Amino acid sequence: MTANGSGVRLLVGTRKGAFILTADASRKKWEIAGPHFPGWEIYHIKGSPADPNRLYASQSSSWFSQIMQRSEDGGKTWMPIGNKFAYDGVPGTHQWYDGTPHPWEFKRVWHIEPSLTNPDHVYAGIEDAALFHSTDGGQNWDEISGLRTHTTGSAWQPGAGGMCLHTIIVDPTDPKRIVIAISAAGAFRTDDGGATWKPINRGLYSKYIPNPTAEVGHCVHHIAAHPSRPGTLFMQKHWDVMRSDDAGDNWHEVSGNLPTDFGFVIDVHAHEPETIYVIPIKSDSEHFVPDGKLRVFRSRTGGNDWEPLTKGLPQSDCYVNVLRDAMAVDRLDSCGVYFGTSGGQVYASADAGDHWTAIVRDLPPVLSVEAQTLT
Amino acid sequence: MLIRVELPAHLRTLARISGHEVALDVTATPTIATVLDTLEAVYPMLRGTVREQVTGERRAFLRFFACQQDISLDSPDAPLPAAIVNGTEPLIILGAVAGG
Repeated sequence: MTANGSGVRLLVGTRKGAFILTADASRKKWEIAGPHFPGWEIYHIKGSPADPNRLYASQSSSWFSQIMQRSEDGGKTWMPIGNKFAYDGVPGTHQWYDGTPHPWEFKRVWHIEPSLTNPDHVYAGIEDAALFHSTDGGQNWDEISGLRTHTTGSAWQPGAGGMCLHTIIVDPTDPKRIVIAISAAGAFRTDDGGATWKPINRGLYSKYIPNPTAEVGHCVHHIAAHPSRPGTLFMQKHWDVMRSDDAGDNWHEVSGNLPTDFGFVIDVHAHEPETIYVIPIKSDSEHFVPDGKLRVFRSRTGGNDWEPLTKGLPQSDCYVNVLRDAMAVDRLDSCGVYFGTSGGQVYASADAGDHWTAIVRDLPPVLSVEAQTLT
Repeated sequence: MLIRVELPAHLRTLARISGHEVALDVTATPTIATVLDTLEAVYPMLRGTVREQVTGERRAFLRFFACQQDISLDSPDAPLPAAIVNGTEPLIILGAVAGG
C-alpha cells in the first residue's frame, strides 16, 4: 500500500493553538503556518481521507468550553460548526475517582475520526466518554448511545486525564465494525455500526485495579491498526504494550525488551504491518522519558523485539512526554514517522525512524499530530 | 432597544467582531437570558461558549457585570438596570484572569 505523493501536511494540535506544517516529498524543508485559534487548546485535528482539504478541529478552553471548526482548503481558512454534544436521554452516572456516582458531563472532544469514504461523515470521541457522529459535516452531532449505555457504563471511572474516549478505529473493510478505547474503562467493539458494543479487554492485566483481569476498568492509552490488517490491533496500555490478532477478542503482551512498558503513543508503519513504534515513558510519578533520553522504539516483528531509535534525538537532559494522539505516519514510499512533545518539538523521520530531525522546536506543548499524504 | 455587550477577546475573535462591544437589538424585556438569546441568534458560533447549551448555566469562569455590579448570581430572567437598557452602560461578560 505504498503511495507516491507530492508531499506531507502535518496537523499539529497544541495547548495554545493549531499549527500546520507542510513539506514536499523529500520532507527536508518544512513550512509552518499558525497559530490557528491562538490561545485555545486544540486536542485534535484530522483530515477526511475522502477529501484531504476537508479538515476538522477540536478547539476548547476552560473558559468557553468546546468549539468545533471545519476547513475546506487544507487549513488556510476555518469556519465554526456545530458544538452541541448532548447525551442521549438522561445520562445518569458513572463512577468518580473515589468510586462514588458522578453525573455524566460533557467536557471536550478528544478525538475526531472522519469517515474513510464520505467527507461529511465524522465521529467524535468525547470526555466524559461517549461516541458522537455527524452526517452533515459537523453541523449536528448525535450520540451513538449504545456504547455509553452498555451495562458496564455506570462502573466506568476516569483516568488521571479525565474519562476520555480517545481512540476510534473504523474497519476499512467493514465500516460497521468500530473499535474504540476509553481511559480508564478499556476497549470496546461494535460489529453492527454502533447499536451494540462489547468490552474487548480479555488478556489485559492491570495490577492497579481491584480485579486485575476485570471486564472493564483498564487504562488503555491508545490503539493502532494497519489498514490492511484491521483485525490486528496494537495497544499501549497504562502499563504493557499489547497485541490482538482477533480484533480485540484476545490480547497478549508484546512489551518484550522495552526499558519501560508505560507510554502513550503507538503507531504502525504505513507499508509494513508488523513494524510498530512506541515511545516509553517513565511512570507513574514522573511522566517523562527515562534517563533523560528521547528514544523511539521500533519493533519489526509486531512486538517483543524492540530496537531504540536515537539518531537525531536528544540523548541527554531531555525530560519531555509524548501524549497519546501525538504520533503519526505518512504513506510516502519511504514511510515518514512524526511525533510531538510536551516541550513543543515536532520530530520527523523520513526513513521509517532511522534518522530524526526536529522540524520545529518551540511550539506550545503538543497534544496531537496527524499526517496527511498529499497527492 | 439596543443593548451594548462587551465580550472577552477570544469570543470577539471567534465571532469576528471588531471593537470591544456589540450592540444587540433585544426585542424582549432585557434580561441576561434575553440578551444572551439575541447574542447567540446573531452570532451562532458563540452558542455554548457563555452558557452551557443544554442546561443554560453560565460557564464557571465567566461573570456578568452591569453598572459596576456583579450580577452573575442574579436570576437570568431579572430585568437589567436602566443604564444597560438605555444604552448608557454596557453589559460586560468578563472572563476570569487566570491560567497559564
